[in-house]
This record gives sequence, C-alpha cells and structure tokens, in this order.
Amino acid sequence: MTRMTVREAISQALREEMYRDERVFIMGEEIGKWGGTYAVTRGFLDEFGEKRVKDTPIAEGVIVGAATGAAVAGLRPVAEIMTINFLFLAMDALVNHAAKLHYMFNGQMKVPLVVRTVGGGGRQLGATHSQTPDAIFAHFPGLKVVAPATAADSKGLLKAAIRDDDPVLFIEHATLYQSKGEVPDDEDFVVPIGVSDVKRAGKDVTIVSYSKGLQLSLEAAEKLEKEGIDAEVIDLRTLRPLDTRPVVESVKKTNRMVVVEEGWRAYGVGAEVASRVTELAFDYLDAPVRRVAQAEVPLPYNRRLEQMALPQVPDIINAVKDVMYLK
Amino acid sequence: MAKELSRDELLELYRQMVLIRRFEEKSAELYAEGKIGGFLHLYIGEEAIAVGGCKAMRPTDHMFTAYRDHGWAIARGLDPKAVMAELLGKATGVSGGKGGSMHLASADHRYWGGHAIIGGHLPLATGVGIEIRYNEKPDAVLCVLGEGTTNIGYFHESINLAAVWKLPVVFLVENNQYGMGTVVGKASAVSEIYTKGCAYDIAHRQIDGQDVFDTYKIIGEALDLAREEGPVLLEAMTYRFVGHSMGDPERYRTKAEIEEWRSRDPILRLAGKMTEMGMFTEEDAEKIAKSVEEELVEIVKFAEESPEPDDAALCEHVFVNPMGHQ
Repeated sequence: MTRMTVREAISQALREEMYRDERVFIMGEEIGKWGGTYAVTRGFLDEFGEKRVKDTPIAEGVIVGAATGAAVAGLRPVAEIMTINFLFLAMDALVNHAAKLHYMFNGQMKVPLVVRTVGGGGRQLGATHSQTPDAIFAHFPGLKVVAPATAADSKGLLKAAIRDDDPVLFIEHATLYQSKGEVPDDEDFVVPIGVSDVKRAGKDVTIVSYSKGLQLSLEAAEKLEKEGIDAEVIDLRTLRPLDTRPVVESVKKTNRMVVVEEGWRAYGVGAEVASRVTELAFDYLDAPVRRVAQAEVPLPYNRRLEQMALPQVPDIINAVKDVMYLK
Repeated sequence: MAKELSRDELLELYRQMVLIRRFEEKSAELYAEGKIGGFLHLYIGEEAIAVGGCKAMRPTDHMFTAYRDHGWAIARGLDPKAVMAELLGKATGVSGGKGGSMHLASADHRYWGGHAIIGGHLPLATGVGIEIRYNEKPDAVLCVLGEGTTNIGYFHESINLAAVWKLPVVFLVENNQYGMGTVVGKASAVSEIYTKGCAYDIAHRQIDGQDVFDTYKIIGEALDLAREEGPVLLEAMTYRFVGHSMGDPERYRTKAEIEEWRSRDPILRLAGKMTEMGMFTEEDAEKIAKSVEEELVEIVKFAEESPEPDDAALCEHVFVNPMGHQ
C-alpha cells in the first residue's frame, strides 16, 4: 500500500495502463504540453510522446466522436474533457454514438472508450462551470458511468474502465484531487465496475452516496457517532450499472435511508436509489427516504450563496435525524 | 491511380447500378405495403457515386455513410438479401433487425454504418483515421455525407482535426441540391460546397456525380492522396430523382427541374458511353435487366421468409460486458 492523492492515483492508473497496453492513448485539451488543467497528465508527453499523448483543438464533439471512431477501429482511447460542463457539447457523440453503436449494429462494433472528465461545484466558478449533472449521463443504456471518491477506487476503477470493452464515462470531482488514501501497489489492482461498497459499517441508518457526497457522508457519520448514532455509509462508485444490493441489504438492517448527492435533487441519483429501495425493500422502511442534494438553482458565484446551495455535513445530519424521528 | 476499366468491369458497374435502382424501387413498394417501417430514404438517381466510389476503394479501406445508405451497402459488397432483410427488420438483416434502413453496417466490409444523426459519423470516420496513422497502416477512410451536413459544427471540427493531424480521410459530399426541402443556397453561405476545403487548406474538388467514370477515377485519386498526405474534400454533384423520404410532398422543386436531371440518369449515361465505345448493346441491357429481376425475386423472398429476431435479442448487445470489467 502507498498513501497518495486522488490525483496521483488517477495519474498512476493511466500511466500503468499505457505501459501495459500499446493500444491505450490519451487525447484532449491541454493534456500534453500543459500537463492537464488538473495536472493529472503532467509529464506524460515527455514520457510517451505525441503519438500517445494528443493535444486536441477545443472541439469537444470531435474529441469524443473521434475517440469513439478510434475505439471502433481497435484502439483504446482515453479522451479527456476538461470539465463535465463542456461534455454537453459532445453529448451527441457520447450518447447517440458511443453508447449506441454496439447495440444498433447488433454487436458488430465495440467501443472500448473512456471519457475522463471533472465535475462538481464549490470553487466559485459560476453557474456554467460548477455542475454535477452525473445523473443525466447515467440515464442512457449503453454508457457506463463511474464516479469514485477515494484514491484506491479512483485508481482501480480507472484501470477497470480502460480494460472494459464498453464506453465508460469516468467522472472525477474537482475538490477531491487532493484527498489522500491508501492504494494497493499491485499493477493489476482493479476495482470492478458496477459494484457498490460499504465504506463504513453501521446499524442505525443507511447513508448512500458517491463521489464528493461520500466524503461529506463519512464526516457526517463521524459526528453522528458522537451523538450515539451508528450510520452505515455506502459508496455507489458506479452509477450505471447501478448495484443496489448492498443498499437493500443495509436498509433491511437499519430500516432508514438518506441519499446524498451533490447534483440537483429532481430526477437525480437519489431519486433513482430511493425508488429502487421502495420497489425492493418497501416493507423494511420505517421512515420515508430523505434526499440531500443541491438547491434547485444554477450555482451562484458568491461564496456564501454557493455554499448555501451545495449539500453540507449539517444537512446530512439533519436528514438522518429526520428519518430517525429524533427532531 | 485509377486504372482503365475493362468491359467486364464496366458491365459489372452497370449491373450494380441497375440492381440498386431496382432494389430501391422494390423497397418503395414494400414500404407502401407496410412491410418496411420507419423512414426510407432512396438512392435513386445517385447510384454512380456509390458504385464508382466503392470500385475505387481497396477491400481494407473503411467506409462511413449517412442514412441514404442502401446503395452504398450494396456497392460495397454487402449481401443485398441481408440488406433487404434489415429493411424488413429481420434477424438475418445486416444489423440483426435492430438498425433498420438508416443503420446498415458490416464489420467484415469495414463499413461502419449507416448513421442517421446529421454529421455524427464525421468524427467517427476521423477517429478511424487516427487508428490508421497510429498503427501506420496503408488504409484510407471514405466518409460520405450530404451537402446539408457541411453547415453543422461536426463538419468543421472533423475536417479541422483531420487536417491538423493529416488523417487519411476523404470527406465525400453528395450534393443532391436539397437538404430535405431546403435548397443549398438557402442553407449554406457558400454554394460551391467543395470550396469549403479552402478554410482548412486541404485538397478539394468537384465531381460529376452522374458519371461513374468520374466518380471512380476521382474518388480513387482522392483516397490515394489521403493515404499519402491527409484529408480531401470532394463534392459530387447529383440529384435524387425521388423525394427525400417516402411521403415527401416535394413542394420545393418543379417537375421541369426533376425532368432536366432525369436526363442525366447515371445508368443511361454509362450505357450511352459504353455504346459509343462499342462495348454495349441493347442485348446486354436486356440480359442484365433480366438477371437483376431474378436476383430481386430472391432478395425479397429471402427477406420475407426470414425469421423475426428472438425476444432475447431485445436485451442483447446493450453492453459487451453487462457487469463491467471485474
């Protein structure tokens, strides 16, 4: 095990996979000379050369579309879209093409594509640069969506995504890059796509989250422990295919659930998880499921207003107390 | 370089054009009978582009087209029976009945579709160009699009990237004068579509799309130029003799205009030229017409008698690996 940041873990996963498989290459805006706007690919251009580290024009549609074409032809591209907000410009390439070619042409084409991108608010970048629209992308059959929170999961899931034969959207969070954790040293360490993980065992209440929300949920669980509440915290890690088994198992034990996500509440990840739990474990619920999510506003620039809109640890604590009827 | 075509080769091109023409006419009938669903875009009038273009391609070259794709699929060598079966949504169709008229493909022929989102296949073709250069292969990509597509962002993004990276892609515009019902001049600031190549400093040229000698020769030269240097933009001037799709009221053009273009029928033009060259007689025409009719009967019979996809096909191929890499 080595202790490292999420940034280092992602970088290491990319580097190892590029050494392991000649077909893996990276392309995107400012990933080469600049080293990536979040410094994930710093040094890659010198290490691997222009053939495998391709700086692109600012043209998201063709970045994702050309990476898709290269994947169809047998390469294993990792395309970087500078932020998830710009991915809307490549929405057609991603959901109308990458996510559909395998099905629509009856299995004749495979799309072993990874699109890495960065989402999340909290850095005063204003409404268009701060979104967490993960749920939108998870809506499409044919596109896998992964959004890890920890360093180990970031490394293991990115390696799994690169080795997967399907298109995978890999969503990083802008405020988690500095977060540190223990990461296995094994070069074949992968974390399976589509498997949720219990990050903290507990018996009183189930908190389900992923990405930045997981960090907040674990903090909330620490605080709740001091008040005598033992929370189980589950990290979804993958939004499609969504693994609800550990969630249902947990709810059968705790009978109460709070879902935490940074994106908007309406039509969100929390709505999906809550709905599945009512379908699969309705009789076990002792309280309505509570969702903690972003206020239904475009994120404002002002720091105080922005923080008001984003989910916070006290919001999670309040929601937990709600479902436990402690207020 | 394109070589001179022999009489046998010319007869084969003539036969392919007749087959495509009759295939399309038969498709229209089957559509009217309710046997083909969805949209149906016919290639009647434009046959010389696909037939000449595919003749110019090497077997290892790659191809993408838009949704007016039946003619290209047949010219590229896909089994017309399996193409018709796809139109009828059958399990034996080239896409297993899951693609339909607009989504024909055959990995074996490196024909990567049949794409129905305007411009969506241009980045894909560009990406195949990346793979060719990456692995230093001698192949090229032929990417066929309509003139209406030259106004969309993907066109500019794809040609720009292909030009910056010198990718072996020929962007072949089939200018049939109308994007659905909108005439070129009302949709594009530049009416001479091929001159858009100037913006990216790439080779560009106009072709007579009704002349199979021209399409074969110039598309072949463009593919070779793409292999050696980088992307090429071609504009083949053509016309669809029928509506945009079935049920097009055709309010946007006159009968006189259609008749004028019908006088440039690519099949008659090839027959005329071959006759002048002393290679073609009325008997040849009759013989080919008869053999095409016989083949057409087999094509329709196969498609109609083929089974529907199994229920299990509904959920197959959403993912290669539904559980994800473990």
